[in-house]
Amino acid sequence: MSQTVETGTPAEVVPAKKKPVLSEGKRAERRLGWLLCAPAAIVMVAVTGWPIIYSVWLSLQRYDLRFPDDREFVGLSNYAAVLTDKYWWTAFGITSLITVVSVIIELVLGMLLALIMHRTLVGRGLVRTVSLIPYGIVTVVAAFSWFYAWNTDTGYLTSLFGAEAPLTQQISSLAIIILAEVWKTTPFMALLLMAGLALVPDDLLKAASMDGATAWQRFTKVMLPVMKPAILVALLFRTLDAFRVFDNIFVLTKGANDTSSVSMQTYNNLIKGLNLGIGSTMSVLIFIAVAIIAFIFIKLFGASAPGSDSGGRR
Amino acid sequence: MVSTRTGGRGLSRWRAAIAGSVALIAVPTIAACGSDSGTTINVYQAPEQNFQTVVDKCNEQANGRYKIVYNKLPRDADGQREQMVRRLAAGDTGLDVLGLDVTWVPEFAEAKWLEEFTGENKANAEDGVLKGPLSTAMWNGKLYGATKNTNVQLLWYDDQLTQSPPQTWDEMIDASKQLKSQGKPYHIVFTGAQYEGLVVLYNSLVASEGGHILSDDGKQVVMDQGAVDALKLLKEVATSGITDPSMTNAQEQQVQQSFEAPDSQAAFELNWPYVYAAMQAANPDRAKHFKWARYPGINGDSKTTIGGLNLAVSSMSLHKPEAFDAVKCLRGPDSQKFQAICDGVPPTIESIYTDEAAIDPCPGATTTDKPTMASAYPMKDTILEELKDPAVRPLTVVYQNLSTITAKVLSPPAEIDPESTAQELRDGLQKALDSKGVLP
Repeated sequence: MSQTVETGTPAEVVPAKKKPVLSEGKRAERRLGWLLCAPAAIVMVAVTGWPIIYSVWLSLQRYDLRFPDDREFVGLSNYAAVLTDKYWWTAFGITSLITVVSVIIELVLGMLLALIMHRTLVGRGLVRTVSLIPYGIVTVVAAFSWFYAWNTDTGYLTSLFGAEAPLTQQISSLAIIILAEVWKTTPFMALLLMAGLALVPDDLLKAASMDGATAWQRFTKVMLPVMKPAILVALLFRTLDAFRVFDNIFVLTKGANDTSSVSMQTYNNLIKGLNLGIGSTMSVLIFIAVAIIAFIFIKLFGASAPGSDSGGRR
Repeated sequence: MVSTRTGGRGLSRWRAAIAGSVALIAVPTIAACGSDSGTTINVYQAPEQNFQTVVDKCNEQANGRYKIVYNKLPRDADGQREQMVRRLAAGDTGLDVLGLDVTWVPEFAEAKWLEEFTGENKANAEDGVLKGPLSTAMWNGKLYGATKNTNVQLLWYDDQLTQSPPQTWDEMIDASKQLKSQGKPYHIVFTGAQYEGLVVLYNSLVASEGGHILSDDGKQVVMDQGAVDALKLLKEVATSGITDPSMTNAQEQQVQQSFEAPDSQAAFELNWPYVYAAMQAANPDRAKHFKWARYPGINGDSKTTIGGLNLAVSSMSLHKPEAFDAVKCLRGPDSQKFQAICDGVPPTIESIYTDEAAIDPCPGATTTDKPTMASAYPMKDTILEELKDPAVRPLTVVYQNLSTITAKVLSPPAEIDPESTAQELRDGLQKALDSKGVLP
């Protein structure tokens, strides 16, 4: 924030090491800068910082709306309760499975779609619009159409595949959840990847093909390396999103037959179970898991923060 | 000229748009003001076809002192509970009367969301009510609800296959095996899916064994020998080759349909009384032989889990006296009898079962015959007999956990290992009572 104020006065930035004495006018200007920033900063803290702090605080208490008189500070015992619970780890495993499988499928399909959208010569606008439709449909609405399609009574897909009540078995339910996720978010992936494709200079591809590179070699040796930052950002976004999967599961199975994700379980404990302590513990754990995923992507794979240029890597 | 005209048109369009949005905002506000002139009692309850008629009658009786508004909750029990709980936890004063499933009263009462019934309200809510249903409206010895209706499952059978119905589970299992060996329909069909229906079945078994899941005050885990024996019986039923293969997916509706199907393999069905009317419509041929008996017992007479609904008054309501008055009418003898006959929900007031007076045809009825309790409930004596010997589901604040965990641990019934399953239940329930229970 202070940077914004300083940009206008490059002369002062240089001797900044010695902490120059600011003139009265400059100080007033700086104060004004802070004041102007303050509302935005306070709102930011209020809407993001406060809920996080409050959940952490709740997670350290026995706070069950069903036992209002037994509210007390219990330290980390909620964490012990959740982390030793097999239902939590089942949900964690299911969530990881859904995340990994759906993101991999989305990456492959998204790449194909991006290439198609990028290369189309005829009706480019139409192709792009059509392929983005799934992303424009509200997830819950889409989930309901999948739900009815896979229903035993009304489901045309159920009868088409001759399946018997696919949403009542774990494996088939998970497959349907992943299908719904992939269908819904592949266009988003394709969009991000297409932005990456635009970065690949045509000259480079032409030069490669002059040197006798096959189409596959051009793809793996030229396009992919150039696109790497875009791919990593796309993967990061989707992994974070997929890890918090909720709406599709909520509509399709409600978490029955061990198809609960961690978000679904948190919801169940908070809203159904009225157990604010355990529920908040779970949301803090999800927060930590998401932070770890982001850390791995940025530090280990070198994904750059969106918006910063490639210099921001590593 | 041209530019002025377009400018003028643009301006008037804006004006119209602004006027329109002002109107949109204003209309509901005005409407809201209009209804504020009298007291409104908001009733939140599950959808029941003819409950609106009851509300209308009660509004007539109220004679302008207040106006009851029936707000329909979602159809599924979880959805109903969630909506009420969310609003009550937020201190919403807009809820006055709550339609609570029989298993919810302790939880809502302990959370201090319910107003206690005292004095005349209490006397009225207890008057002539069967003990079993009444106990579902109590918590810590205090009354927090007025029973609106109850329900109980019966044993249904086909008198072409079985002349005299089995009285115990052992007899039923033997009869089923015998039918199987004769190549006749033999399935015992019940709610075996992983949901509340399985808990209802298990609770009946535990009570019939004379066992306990929780202590009577709902504050300690017991899981005694009776509860373990019930697990053994459930496993035996599930592994003797006498159940439908899709038993683990069967909820009430699937159970009902498996008996109605033209090629049905079902010989015995454990289900709520509504299946009687459904059978008449779905399979008139078999309906002639569709008979009922008391739920099978284990050592002697059965104890059968009761369902039903209680009406309670929210402690955050701004119109409590009127709300109590509305409850009195909504669940009074006349309303109960009307709903019993027209909505198929058995009454909780004992005298209604022997009331022979006819009422006007139900709304939407195709005949002009005046229905009576006897015409709507040919099985009413069996229902009453079971209601006098009920198995109440454990009355506990953590029923939500109990139900979820029990259904999960018991599924699939064929894989029950009585001792270790009982231990798993014990652990899960104790954690729930300590607020450490994790809901799957």
